[in-house]
Amino acid sequence: MSSQEQTAAAHVHRDDVGARMGMWLFLFTELILFGGMFILYSIYRYMYPDAFHLAAKELNTIVGTFNTAILLTSSLTMVLAITAIQRKQKALSIFFQVITIVLALGFMVNKYFEWGAKFHHGIYPGSDTLLAKPAGEILFFGLYYVMTGLHGLHVIIGVVLIGIMAGYTSKGIINSNSYVKLESAGLYWHLVDIIWIFLFPLFYLIT
Amino acid sequence: MEHNQEVHAEHPEHSHGYGIYILVWLALMSLTGITVAVAGINFGGLTIATALIIAAIKSFLVLKVFMHLRSESKTFRAFVVVAILFLLISFILLFSDYSFIVRN
Repeated sequence: MSSQEQTAAAHVHRDDVGARMGMWLFLFTELILFGGMFILYSIYRYMYPDAFHLAAKELNTIVGTFNTAILLTSSLTMVLAITAIQRKQKALSIFFQVITIVLALGFMVNKYFEWGAKFHHGIYPGSDTLLAKPAGEILFFGLYYVMTGLHGLHVIIGVVLIGIMAGYTSKGIINSNSYVKLESAGLYWHLVDIIWIFLFPLFYLIT
Repeated sequence: MEHNQEVHAEHPEHSHGYGIYILVWLALMSLTGITVAVAGINFGGLTIATALIIAAIKSFLVLKVFMHLRSESKTFRAFVVVAILFLLISFILLFSDYSFIVRN
């Protein structure tokens, strides 16, 4: 079957299970991407345990905890948006999606202030203050910026994705009969949440 | 669990009530509180283990309920278990290799 025929047939035969499975496969590659970084983190932490403890004291646990709560709540509103569309509550579903976006943006605003404070103290990749510190602390902050930065990038991508989904929902492309797009966006968003669940204790809670 | 089955009986497809999600969210928030509270106590080598176990429980809840694995077919669950297993294997192999290098 040519791809054109498949596209034409897709309107009749929809494969929601296949679509979700494809999304899961993509999520596994994300798992490998972050997994590699967690390996790097573990080995450097094992090599420089004291420097990691000392460097982690620079991070604000309160902001970290607050951001964890924000992200967990956004995961809840995302899954509620799916339930709402399943129950034909279109307006409620859009409302939950918008709340999810607002919470994600709140997370990024906190991140902005958090990083801003670090920059203000002269702690940023390649800065003189940072390079004057011992090797272990330089590695800690390097990993901190790369891992939370990559996670933040995923949050921004999530915001764009959920924004598109909210548009689809209001246009009726996503409806109570066909909501696999919203489900896939949800799967992505929950994975971003799971990654943060591990990042949070590893960076903010070393005392 | 009973509530879960009840919902299943009413909606054989993947449609659930709002209640279970709010319960899971409360559990996730409490577990976060516990991690933060416990982080201040020094269990020595167990400190990091405790943090990781709590993170694993939270991830399990998100995977099972938020990501709808509880209502997906067995194929999906096998998929995820195999993926996580291989990630763990690569972690274990790398760490054993690393400790071997360090010792020599």
